[in-house]
Amino acid sequence: MKKKHWSMLALAALLLPAAEAQTRDALYMQSLAATCANCHGTNGKALDGSPVPGLAGQPASHIATQMKAFKAGTRPATIMHQLAKGYSDAQIDQLAAWFAAQPK
Amino acid sequence: MQRRSFLQSSAAIALLGTAGCATTSIPSKAKVVVVGGGWGGATAAKYVRLLSGHKIDVVLVEPNDAFVSCPISNLVLGGSRQIGDITTPYSALASRHGITVVKDMVSSIDHAKKSVTLAGGNTIAYDKLILSPGIDIRLDQVQGLPAAYGAGQALHAWKAGAETVALRRQLEAMPDGGVYALTVPEQPYRCPPGPYERACQVAWYFKRAKPRSKVLILDANPDVTSKGALFKKVWAEMYPGIVEFRGQHKLTAVDGANRTLKFEVQSDVKANVLNVVPPQRAGLVAVQSGLANQAQGRWVGVNYQTFESTAAKDVHVIGDAIQLAAGMPKSGHMANNHGKVAAAAVVAQLSGFEPNPKPIVTNTCYSFVDDRNVIHVASVHEYVNNTYAVVQGSGGLSPGPTEAEGVYANSWARTIWNDMLG
Repeated sequence: MKKKHWSMLALAALLLPAAEAQTRDALYMQSLAATCANCHGTNGKALDGSPVPGLAGQPASHIATQMKAFKAGTRPATIMHQLAKGYSDAQIDQLAAWFAAQPK
Repeated sequence: MQRRSFLQSSAAIALLGTAGCATTSIPSKAKVVVVGGGWGGATAAKYVRLLSGHKIDVVLVEPNDAFVSCPISNLVLGGSRQIGDITTPYSALASRHGITVVKDMVSSIDHAKKSVTLAGGNTIAYDKLILSPGIDIRLDQVQGLPAAYGAGQALHAWKAGAETVALRRQLEAMPDGGVYALTVPEQPYRCPPGPYERACQVAWYFKRAKPRSKVLILDANPDVTSKGALFKKVWAEMYPGIVEFRGQHKLTAVDGANRTLKFEVQSDVKANVLNVVPPQRAGLVAVQSGLANQAQGRWVGVNYQTFESTAAKDVHVIGDAIQLAAGMPKSGHMANNHGKVAAAAVVAQLSGFEPNPKPIVTNTCYSFVDDRNVIHVASVHEYVNNTYAVVQGSGGLSPGPTEAEGVYANSWARTIWNDMLG
C-alpha cells in the first residue's frame, strides 16, 4: 500500500510542468555526477575497503574545497589534479551539493 | 522531501520488478532494449533503470553468462591474475535492478518496425534501442589468418575469455629462449595502450620464468600509439634485452604452420608464439543493420549529444563500435561513460523532455607495467559544437610507474565493474 502511494506520487510529479523541470534538471545533475562513479562508486558510494573515498554524504564544502585544490594544483594527486581541471567551478559546486545530499 | 519519496518509490518498484525477472520468458516488447552486456551496454542498462527511478523497463540481450573484463586481462597473460578475478556474473542486473537479462544474440534489427530478432527466434519490440555491439575482429584482412587462428596458431585474445587462458598456456609451454611476437594493427583499434601493456605483462613473466626469451612488438603504426615515452622507458629500464619494439610493420599474411608473419614492407618474422591483433570494425550486428556509415563502413556515426545513430532513429550506439571524436580512445571506461550519456538521453526523451545539452565524458586508462606498478592516461571531454572536445587543461599522463597507481588501478577496476554490474 505504502509503495503504491509513493509510486503514484512520483507519477503525479512527472505530469506537473514545474515538477517536470525539476525532474529534468535532476536528471542532468545525476548524469554529471555519474562521471565520478567509475572510481568513487555509483552515486558516490565507495565499495568496502576502497582506497578512493566515497563522496556520498560528505559535506559539500569539503568536496568543493578538495576539488578546487586539485584543480589549482595545491593538493598533490596521482590523477585527480588532471581530472578536476575538466570541471568548471560551477559544476564542482553543483557536484558537491549533489553528493552531500546522497545517503552514505 | 520530494526527492526522498521519489527515491524510496524507486527502490520499492525495483523490489517489485525483481519478482518478474525470476522467469526466463522473453518479453515481446520493452521500452528499452539494450544489446550487448559489455562496458557500454551493461552500464546503459543499469543507468536507464537508475536514472528513471526504476520506472522504465529494460531488456538486456547478451549471449554470455558472465562478463569477462578486457582491462586487467593482460595480467592473466602475465600470470599475476586468474580469469576468475576478472569475471562478474550478470545476475545482479536482474536481482537488484529489475532488468530482464535474455541470454541470446540479436540476429537482425528492423529499424522501421522498431524490433530486434534474436538468434533463438524471438522478436522484441522497443521504443528505444541501445546497441553496444563491441568490435568485429577482421581475421579476413590478413592472408592466412582465418586458418592460423582456427588452428590456434595465431590467437588474438582481444576479447577476454577462454582465448586469454589459451594464450597464457602457449606462453607457459614456450621454451626459454623463445620469441613471443605481438602484432598491432593501424589505429583506430580497441584499447590503444593495450598491446604495450600486454608486452610488459609477458615480459614480466619471461623475466622471472624464462629470462632468455623475447617479446617482439610489430606495430603497423610508425610509433607506440599511447603512453609512448612511458612504455619505452619501462621497456628499457625494466625489461632490457627482452622487449623490442619495431614500428612500420603492417601485417599482410600469417603462415601458421611455420609460425611466420609477413609484412607489407619489412622482412618476415618467425616466432614461437604468434599473437596477432587484427584490424577491427563495429560489431557485426551494427554493420549488418546498416549502421556503420563512417570510415568506409567501418564505424557507426552518432549524434554525440545522445549517441543516437545518424542512420536510424531511436537507435543509440555506444562503445568501441562508434566513430569517435578526436582524442577519444576506444576504451572500456569511455564506453561506460557513453552508456551513461545514452541512458540519460533515452530517459529524457521517453519522459518527453530535451536531453542534457552539455554532456561530459571522462576517460581513465591504467596500464600495469608489472604485477603492481601502474601508469595512466586520463582526459575529460565536453560536448561542444556537435562533437566532444578535451576540456582545455584537463587530463594528462603519469610521470612514471608507481605502486600507488597500482592500488588505484585495482580499485578502479573493482569499482567500475560494480558501477556496471553491481
